[in-house]
Amino acid sequence: MSEKKFSKKHEWVSLEGDVATVGITKHATEMLGDIVFVEVPDAGKAVEKEGQAAVVESTKAASDVYSPISGEVTEGNKAIADDPGSVNSDPEGASWFFKLKIKDKGEYDTLMSKDEYDKFCKENPS
Amino acid sequence: MEVQKTALYNYHKNLGAKFVPFAGYEMPIQYKDGIVKEHISTRTHAGFFDVSHMGQFFLEGDETLTESLEKIIPADLKNLKVNHSKYSFLLNNEGGIIDDLIITRTEKGFCIILNAACKENDIKQISQFLKKNHKHFLNNDLSLIALQGPKSVEILEKLIPGVDNLKFMTGSNFEYEGEKLYVTRSGYTGEDGFEISISNTKVVKLIDYLISNEVKPIGLGARDTLRLEAGLCLYGHDLNEKINPVEANLKWAIAKKRKEVGGFNGWEKIKNLLANGSEKIRVGIKPDGKVIARENTKIFSSDNNEIGFVTSGTFGPSVNAPVAMGYVKSEFSEIGTSIQLEVRGKKYGGKISELPFYKKSYVK
Repeated sequence: MSEKKFSKKHEWVSLEGDVATVGITKHATEMLGDIVFVEVPDAGKAVEKEGQAAVVESTKAASDVYSPISGEVTEGNKAIADDPGSVNSDPEGASWFFKLKIKDKGEYDTLMSKDEYDKFCKENPS
Repeated sequence: MEVQKTALYNYHKNLGAKFVPFAGYEMPIQYKDGIVKEHISTRTHAGFFDVSHMGQFFLEGDETLTESLEKIIPADLKNLKVNHSKYSFLLNNEGGIIDDLIITRTEKGFCIILNAACKENDIKQISQFLKKNHKHFLNNDLSLIALQGPKSVEILEKLIPGVDNLKFMTGSNFEYEGEKLYVTRSGYTGEDGFEISISNTKVVKLIDYLISNEVKPIGLGARDTLRLEAGLCLYGHDLNEKINPVEANLKWAIAKKRKEVGGFNGWEKIKNLLANGSEKIRVGIKPDGKVIARENTKIFSSDNNEIGFVTSGTFGPSVNAPVAMGYVKSEFSEIGTSIQLEVRGKKYGGKISELPFYKKSYVK
């Protein structure tokens, strides 16, 4: 699997061939707090880069999860919908949100590296 | 208006609080542990809440003070004994709820705990009914600390002997660090506990003691999940000036005698509602799955007619499921009625549920 890339909206993407795996970052889960509801997209759903693709809710509020990359969803992670709290414990591992078949690897290349993302978070505390 | 801070502001900061603006105050929404852990530790051990932003409004006067207050508060204040408290409200001419409150009879008159966001207007509204010889003042030199949870009594009794003897919704003066403080057995979480009115200069010492007894600080976030599980209303969300106590399903809080005789703001309207029922009523709601129906979620009948809206909704950590409250047309208010909740354009099933969602353990 390729190195993880990161978006300004706090999603991560890893790439295997033309299938991307998308999740939310540890930093995002720390901002959200206790996650109590997750809605992942069904296979077949077309998503645009920066388009709304999933929903995550903490005890405080509901937030949209955007896809950092365009493509067609091949799988939503039902395990996190059944156990939303697992997103807090392993956001950048087992608790990925969805996989999608991408159209344009160029979109992946423009995303931030780990170092760039960490710097971005430091400069944009919220 | 400048943002206000409670006497414990720096203390909260050192405890790792995340602050939010709330009713003109900078208040902790949560601490390091997060809302769910704070919630659970309140239910299983004890938590403390800084509620010093709430108004501690004192009134002094003779029996005419009681008569004046009864014009805007539908509690039986004449028969309220010294050191006894009642949950009640301020009512407008239409019977709408200006604020909900706890009123306690004191030696000299009454103390009313008012919601932070409402306190200025409340005092204006109350003042209209007061006479020249009635004294009133908002005491900003006092902090208010809620200590809630099953271990509260054991922990506080060690520090302030005698609190153990207080029954739910009663209070008393105690000595602490050479000063008087006032403790009531009350709270807003569905747990046994106390509210401690203590001078701003001594409050840090009290909190130091609580923390050394593993009492966790609890922010507004968990305060909200706790009160919602306990079926208790949050003013500005579940209650407002356009909602009356019958609609709010709070007619139990209007004293029996006052229901018969009236003589308070909005009485004509409320008398009629008590006899005939209201068109809409506050209910508990349990979504079927995991979806959270938050404030303003539209409620539909099983045959797709819009029948109401959600006023509070969250995930209930002790219920381990989403919980909500809202208003529905009265014919749909029976426990167990199937409803639909429209969340992000999609309809999800749910049921009208009994309140509270979480069983209380008050000491009576």
